[in-house]
Amino acid sequence: MDTLASQIEGGAQTARVASPEEALLADAVRTAAAEGRVLHIVGGGSKVGLGGVPRGSPLSTSALSGIVDYDPAELVVTVRAGTPLAVLQGELARHGQMLPFEPPDWPGATVGGVIASGISGPRRPFAGSVRDALLGVRLLDGRGQVLQFGGRVMKNVAGFDLFRLQAGAWGRLGVVLEASFRVLPRPESEVTVTQRLSAAEALERMNRLAGQPLPLSAAAHVGGVLHLRVSGSNAGVTAALSSLGGDRLPVDVAAAFWASSAGLPPAAAIESDASVAAPLWRLAVPSTTRSLAAEGEVAIDWVGGLRWLRSDAPAEVVRALAAGLGGHAAAWRGNLACPVMHPLDPVTAQLHRRLFAVFDPHSVFDHGRFDAA
Amino acid sequence: MDRTPGSPLLLQLAAALPADGLIADAERLSPYASDGLSMYRELPLAVALPQTAAEAQSVLRVCHAAGVPVIARGAGTGLAGGALPRSDAVVLSLARLKRIVRVDPLARVAVVEPGVRNAAISEAAAAYGLYYAPDPSSQIACTIGGNVAENSGGVHCLKYGLTVHNVMGVRGLLADGSELVIGGAAPDASGLDVLALLIGSEGLLAVITEVTVRLLPRPRVAQVVMASFASVEDAGDAVAGIIGAGIIPAGLEMMDALATRAVEDFVHAGYPLDAAAILLAESDGTADEVADEIARIEAVCRQHGATSLTTSQSEAQRLKLWAGRKAAFPAVGRITPDYYCMDGTIPKKHLSAVLRRIAELSERHGLACANVFHAGDGNLHPLIFYNANQSGDLERAEAFGLDILRACVEAGGTITGEHGVGVEKLDAMCVQFVAPELAAFHAVKAAFDPAGVLNPGKAVPTLHRCAEMGAVHVHGGQVLHPQLPRF
Repeated sequence: MDTLASQIEGGAQTARVASPEEALLADAVRTAAAEGRVLHIVGGGSKVGLGGVPRGSPLSTSALSGIVDYDPAELVVTVRAGTPLAVLQGELARHGQMLPFEPPDWPGATVGGVIASGISGPRRPFAGSVRDALLGVRLLDGRGQVLQFGGRVMKNVAGFDLFRLQAGAWGRLGVVLEASFRVLPRPESEVTVTQRLSAAEALERMNRLAGQPLPLSAAAHVGGVLHLRVSGSNAGVTAALSSLGGDRLPVDVAAAFWASSAGLPPAAAIESDASVAAPLWRLAVPSTTRSLAAEGEVAIDWVGGLRWLRSDAPAEVVRALAAGLGGHAAAWRGNLACPVMHPLDPVTAQLHRRLFAVFDPHSVFDHGRFDAA
Repeated sequence: MDRTPGSPLLLQLAAALPADGLIADAERLSPYASDGLSMYRELPLAVALPQTAAEAQSVLRVCHAAGVPVIARGAGTGLAGGALPRSDAVVLSLARLKRIVRVDPLARVAVVEPGVRNAAISEAAAAYGLYYAPDPSSQIACTIGGNVAENSGGVHCLKYGLTVHNVMGVRGLLADGSELVIGGAAPDASGLDVLALLIGSEGLLAVITEVTVRLLPRPRVAQVVMASFASVEDAGDAVAGIIGAGIIPAGLEMMDALATRAVEDFVHAGYPLDAAAILLAESDGTADEVADEIARIEAVCRQHGATSLTTSQSEAQRLKLWAGRKAAFPAVGRITPDYYCMDGTIPKKHLSAVLRRIAELSERHGLACANVFHAGDGNLHPLIFYNANQSGDLERAEAFGLDILRACVEAGGTITGEHGVGVEKLDAMCVQFVAPELAAFHAVKAAFDPAGVLNPGKAVPTLHRCAEMGAVHVHGGQVLHPQLPRF
């Protein structure tokens, strides 16, 4: 890269220079804006089923592939959005590292989709969410401009955190072209123990344990069984296990359990029964919220902060339940004739509309998932 | 607008506030004339001191209707001039909103008003074995509201994160007084992550009236290793070695020789005076975890040529070793009439190169510079020595500082790791961002505050200012949001 001085003297500071692949996407966005068309951004298509049928023509990020910069000692990786998540995870694993937030590794998932969906896995209460690990993005906005927010360093308070705003934005504000994440070392040891408990007992126990200095890395309750995972040094894990008790799950069984619980109710065979089962709801609530078994709760994750419900109740009823508990409910799977996201209050909804107009004044990017705003 | 008793604005503000809730005389306004960046001073029109969110809301409504700028203020410890008044503005002090609304030990959550001191949250949670993790050096004085405005860090943020990682929700007020509720005790609010946008927005987007924070279990044991090195390069390599070994220390700090000597003279922490750099690496957790991690940290330091190693064997010794690092700024303050603290962040691998560059710049500008770093996350605090009473010294210090920040951006870093932009780094913002990005910041500001009432002129430079300093070329018609004012 040129030195800064020459960038300034050369006038390059007027705009970021787009790579050839980025320039093609920028052209597509500008054309769509000029023609009043809608685009929906597609990575690997693994999350298409979430949030209803996409509108407009697809805009693929598959040309944006590859790791741009990775130095394990920096704990930072910079990667293009179309890179398959599995490729990134593989490279991190080779260096004994991982993404902290344990995203769902559904077939075909890309880095861009991980950011857009903002779905964090079971490690989230202990190691943070997608946006917590995000350090910076390159973004293609609805005018076809390349913008860069945040950076490749751990601490950065220059400008508003518009990069974190992209996590969970479902591409509504633009196409994430490239992103930098903070990564973590993989724990030396990781063990899952189980214990048969009622939902109420499990909620009490997991919340109490999370308040103690133990190397917990996941706590979920499914099918009448509390699952607790501890991660860390061999010494730390061994000491923690002796105080936790419970039955130790075989390593492969435990890995499969937690992998399936990232973004879905643990161990639920969602795809096969989607046509027959009641709609699936994802509720975020205060972690000590009572068991919602009577309302259709099928699984508890995130130390109680995440509840999966199967419910035929009208959407307004489920949403009123979540709101009454101080949380919110997303319509996750099933033929639900309601907005995907929990409706926003009028003040927040107005802020959303204004933020959409900042980044996407011509409404180029598919907004189906934000109908609630 | 004027400060004359009986002016319509002051009458309306007085009506909205408790009897002693409005300050408008020059003498009592004086303590509010600056924040921690004391080189800039300005008396505001008035200071409003509400005791409740409802009173704060009334103040905002009055000011919004009158088109008077409002500058929210916590404890005024910020280091970038984010709370610097303007003569035409009302300072809205949140210092009297200092109730701890509730601590829920089972849910590990505290709900507090913005004027609650950072350290007071941990004090309130201590009975339950819990604490609030971010610990900026000003934590005994700074408020959680100010921490939210600045996205404050601290020496433990490599492992435990910044404010943005530890705040779950806020209640606040928009410029026109409308109420905003974002997040709470439930994770991940619906819709866009507005919470992340509010945190670190330096009082430009909203006024925070309540904060829900995450509490963590207090680690059982902590131990610190102090390692000395014959060169800054060796110390930098040891930092990379520790992280490369899969260790995330609870704290990882570095000081150069000038800083070390200043500190040792001041607090006698037991730092070696012949080291080119010293490293402090802390481990916390259970006894087994700490014993294991400390042994590995010591091994890595030895491998990278540590000339001496001291590991704390008691809590008293641990605190003594940290006392030096924590006294670095006042210690430097004893050996120079004034110092100017910088706050760049760089990828750690460029540490040696950036330090060499700082040494060259120090010679060129004719001002000494001591270096203190949050080494684990690459956050540098070069302390530039100057004498405010010597004509031209401050200007040289500021020019030196801007050159350091340029070097940070060139190295792939940023102009501010944790202190914020405020008024101090407006020029440096022009170095880090291109015109359409700055325009996006202005547009986001306008989305929250269309009238531009909240803390105007801070955090984001006008494109005109950047064009003046030659950092951004603005071509007519090519700029985003041409409807926005550019001053």
